[in-house]
Amino acid sequence: MTYFLQQLLNAMQLGSIYALIALGYTMVYGILTMINFAHGDLFMVGAFLCFIAATFLKLPFVPTLLLSMAGVALLGVAIERVAYKPLRQAPRVSAVITALGVGLFLENFTLVFSPYPQHVPALIANRTWTIGGVSISSLQIIIILLSIALMIILDLVVRRTMVGMAMRAISWDKSIVPLMGVPLDLIISITFAIGTSLGAAAGTMYSLAFPVIDPYMGILVGWKAFISAVVGGIGNIRGAMIGGFILGGVEIMVAAFMPSTYRDFVAFGLLLILLIFRPYGILGKPRPQKV
Amino acid sequence: MNTAPLLSIRDLTVSYGNIKAVQGISFDVYEGEIVTLIGANGAGKSSTLRAISGLAPYGGTITYRGVDLRKTAADKIVALGIAQVPEGRGIFGNLTVQENLKLATWGRKDRPEVERDYERVFGIFPRLKERRNQLGGTLSGGEQQMLAVARALMSRGKVMLLDEPSMGLSPVLVREIFHVLTEINQAGTTVLLVEQNANMALRVASRGYVLETGTLTLSGTGAELLGNPRVKEAYLGG
Ligand SMILES: Nc1ncnc2c1ncn2[C@@H]1O[C@H](COP(=O)(O)OP(=O)(O)OP(=O)(O)O)[C@@H](O)[C@H]1O
Ligand SMILES: [Mg+2]
Repeated sequence: MTYFLQQLLNAMQLGSIYALIALGYTMVYGILTMINFAHGDLFMVGAFLCFIAATFLKLPFVPTLLLSMAGVALLGVAIERVAYKPLRQAPRVSAVITALGVGLFLENFTLVFSPYPQHVPALIANRTWTIGGVSISSLQIIIILLSIALMIILDLVVRRTMVGMAMRAISWDKSIVPLMGVPLDLIISITFAIGTSLGAAAGTMYSLAFPVIDPYMGILVGWKAFISAVVGGIGNIRGAMIGGFILGGVEIMVAAFMPSTYRDFVAFGLLLILLIFRPYGILGKPRPQKV
Repeated sequence: MNTAPLLSIRDLTVSYGNIKAVQGISFDVYEGEIVTLIGANGAGKSSTLRAISGLAPYGGTITYRGVDLRKTAADKIVALGIAQVPEGRGIFGNLTVQENLKLATWGRKDRPEVERDYERVFGIFPRLKERRNQLGGTLSGGEQQMLAVARALMSRGKVMLLDEPSMGLSPVLVREIFHVLTEINQAGTTVLLVEQNANMALRVASRGYVLETGTLTLSGTGAELLGNPRVKEAYLGG
């Protein structure tokens, strides 16, 4: 039982990171019906900005986190303006291929500056508490609580604010949105800023939990977060959160109770089965078809 | 009548690739008028309205209160006072009635006035008030049309462009919508009404134009057009 609880805690930690990244995929899909395949690499850039802020600027945790989030948000907005916006009327596959290209660019750009893996300094004083045989570290607490706080804020923004309302309207039919007096480009930029900065927050926390980082670290994590978004129902914000925790949970539990080489195989197999029964994901609905 | 038109369209062209949907039309809308643009399917009515709202690229000039709108973005055109009720209503089905209305107030800074406008709009459409917390997608077609008009009112349009508000509505509801339109007009909103239901449109209109395959072929007062043999034959069922 304690072993199970211990693993549950680990699952929460990994799941909250997947969930934060999955939100970026799902938000962009929600408004542009496009998969931003560069998102995993923006997560990686977030980790590297954390490394730079902590190592060279010697910043403590909170400023490091904010700098990473702000830097990646700017990058995300710039990428949308330069690479995706000209393709808004083009077939979606063009935008997706462009996104893959942007991702490769980010990987190789980082590789130029960092040909070797880097070690991220510990920004959070490591303390561990043991409660009923389950040990929990200060880092785990921060990752889980911070992720949940960010998700609650996002949920409130989307449900309660005018900007959130505009985002939801865009996801329904963006051709009508300008007729409401709402500046479409501004809302799309805000969406990219929020989605990518959540990815950067995940990158920062991930690089504190697993402190060796390299330019390719975003690929596998990005795929897993993307799958989380699909499992939750792509385009659905709460779905992305749920999907992230499910994937984190399945992965940790498979690794805990089966040979660890089975991890990805069993985890993805289970998710495939889930999608057979719920093809639009857990909270997803078929998109309304415009006539 | 005021000498300077509120909205002035000169040599307007709208093309989609090789298709010339609007082929150089000119007309004016004066303050306080209801002007109707009637025409068959594919005549270019929606394209004209989309151009005025800044949603479609166009040739020619569109001026509003003497200001050329060419460089004005669609959302800023709304802020200037040109609201559009688009073809097919354009209700956000995933937003509640209240949210649909609220979104349309995006560009407004006069918050206390906004509160009063909700009351005004709910006074005109009591059914929307009852359904304010219901999702837009769950409204009936007629209710959605009311919501679309209500939204245009919430954005404080001085000119309201309406694209076939009678489409898909029962005769009773059509009369209700047209009744509301004349009321809104009397309260000071100028209306540019696109319709296939020429009979209703010409009855409420001060002036009308007939659009045929991208060109204006006839114009006159509502009564003149209603009595015109060609209009009768082509649009009023003989
Ligand atoms: N996005 C588009 N791409 C290509 N052609 C278009 C597009 N929109 C309109 N058209 C064409 O332009 C012409 C005019 O269309 P428009 O929608 O303005 O007509 P309409 O008068 O509003 O017709 P309806 O009464 O059926 O709504 C039509 O031939 C139509 O096929
Ligand atoms: Mg039309």
